[in-house]
Amino acid sequence: MSDSAIAFDSGRVVVRSEPWLARVVIIGLTMLFLTVFVVLPLVIVFAQAFAHGVGAYLAALAEPEALSAIKLTLAVAAISVGLNLVFGLIAAWAIAKFEFPGKTLLITLIDLPFSVSPVISGLVFVLLFGAQGYFGTWLQNHNIQILFAVPGIALATTFVTFPFVSRALIPLMQEQGTLEEEAALSLGASGLQTFFRVTLPNIKWGVLYGVLLCNARAMGEFGAVSVVSGHIRGETNTMPLLVEILYNEYQFVAAFAVASLLALLALITLVAKTLLERHLDEGRQARDN
Amino acid sequence: MTIELTNITKKFGAFAALDGVDLRNADGELLALLGPSGSGKTTLLRIIAGLDWPDGGDVAFDGENALARGAGERQVGFVFQHYALFRHMTVFENVAFGLRVKPRAVRKDEAAIRARVKELLDLVQLDWLADRYPSQLSGGQRQRIALARALATEPRILLLDEPFGALDAKVRKELRRWLRSLHEEINVTSVFVTHDQEEALEVANRVVVMDKGRIEQIGTPGEVYDYPATAFVHGFIGESVVLPVNVTEGRVWIGNQALKIDAPNVGGPSKLYVRRHDMQVGSESIGLRGAVRHVRSFGAIQRADIAICAGGDETVIEIDTPRDHALRTGETVELHPRRYRIFAD
Repeated sequence: MSDSAIAFDSGRVVVRSEPWLARVVIIGLTMLFLTVFVVLPLVIVFAQAFAHGVGAYLAALAEPEALSAIKLTLAVAAISVGLNLVFGLIAAWAIAKFEFPGKTLLITLIDLPFSVSPVISGLVFVLLFGAQGYFGTWLQNHNIQILFAVPGIALATTFVTFPFVSRALIPLMQEQGTLEEEAALSLGASGLQTFFRVTLPNIKWGVLYGVLLCNARAMGEFGAVSVVSGHIRGETNTMPLLVEILYNEYQFVAAFAVASLLALLALITLVAKTLLERHLDEGRQARDN
Repeated sequence: MTIELTNITKKFGAFAALDGVDLRNADGELLALLGPSGSGKTTLLRIIAGLDWPDGGDVAFDGENALARGAGERQVGFVFQHYALFRHMTVFENVAFGLRVKPRAVRKDEAAIRARVKELLDLVQLDWLADRYPSQLSGGQRQRIALARALATEPRILLLDEPFGALDAKVRKELRRWLRSLHEEINVTSVFVTHDQEEALEVANRVVVMDKGRIEQIGTPGEVYDYPATAFVHGFIGESVVLPVNVTEGRVWIGNQALKIDAPNVGGPSKLYVRRHDMQVGSESIGLRGAVRHVRSFGAIQRADIAICAGGDETVIEIDTPRDHALRTGETVELHPRRYRIFAD
């Protein structure tokens, strides 16, 4: 789409568009805004991280606390993305391909984590699994540690990131309809064969898209995790939590070094997201033809 | 394979899509379900296929209860209006799908699958498209591939849902002829749904005319055209002239004018149905006359709008007559139907 319209006016080609001054001002303001609020912070993160040279940067990341936070973050992301991939696929499949009572309620429930403050999400798990919580005594008696440990962090992260996969898939699957599945069934395919041979290949780019966004959020989650983690150094601190602790202790190089990893993740996610969106658009166009 | 449907009912909410349908076909027959949209014909087809379930009634294949089996176990080939080809698979893999998903015990080996797919692509004359994807094919090609895919597993019944509905007129005519010759070649019991009367009359051995979830008439194309059983069939198939009449004591009245025609077994307010080409203009008088309003000529016929003068109300009808008797605008003519039917309202 071009930004100007060409009209034929009594034999002359007239290019109609905004006055150049308006264009310069509008584009300039946008660029300024983006620079101040997006580019500059990113640059500062990396500048601060490398303020004392590459050596100090690498040393900060090699600290046991940093390494443990990175490991924990990766592990928690792997667990919650894995769980949400399965839940999201099942939920999207049910919602997009079947009619059943309570469907609208289910769609609303899936969106709940988006509309609730992450702190509340964390608190819910404290109320459920904490020492004074509903299952607290039972858990203590059976010597199961959920709060202030990996299971709690994984649970809170899974809850907060629940909508990403299903939200990416529901519109896509609804648009694709159920015709191909019906064709597969009438050709003798079982339900599982239909899912793996027909449904899944059609939505694979959508799945990847959902996983990507889910992963970015899982690694970056602060609020919910902060409530359930207990901030035990070298044990239950994820990267975002560690960044805060280090910053509060005036260890700026270390704080920004860890932060730079998260920023890098964001940049990679952004590029991958753009590429995936292009793929999804092409798929849509191919369908429209 | 015979299909026997007994008292099939199906409701969508308060809407009765099928309201007590009984149907039985002959082995190897090509049956058309013809009706306007909303008549229940597609729902009936999907129930035969196992893609929908009736609220009541029985479906039997060769006397065996088909409702006990799912869509995949009925050995039915289904062709969808919008093809429903697997978009991420090549034409070859689309056709091979039904063979590949069979349980291992009965699955053919790769060489046999390839041979079977090749055979089917030859049958639909599209073997040169094996490596293309559905998005690279034209509508007519897609529908032929969909047909090949449905035939791959050697179904006992072939079901086609508006198979040519999404195609343009020229391709539709071509495929119609092709489907009929294909049916003569493989002779599999087939049912197809259409809202296009020409398609149904040209392709099918027998036509099932449906309206509002009920069967109006079952018969050969000739029977439903020449001997419509109900007013709906007369109006839906072929071009009809319809005149409101009143029948009292065996006499037919149009307005205040009595017509010299018989009306066996009808009484009260009724409709007189005449095929457009069966309405003749001539000297013979039965009491039906009208004023010529407008005349158009094409080819061997002329088409005229004629206002029937009878009492206060005026009905304008459109008739086809041979050109040898030229009609002039404004003249009053005597009309008499060569053949007609009267149905009570």
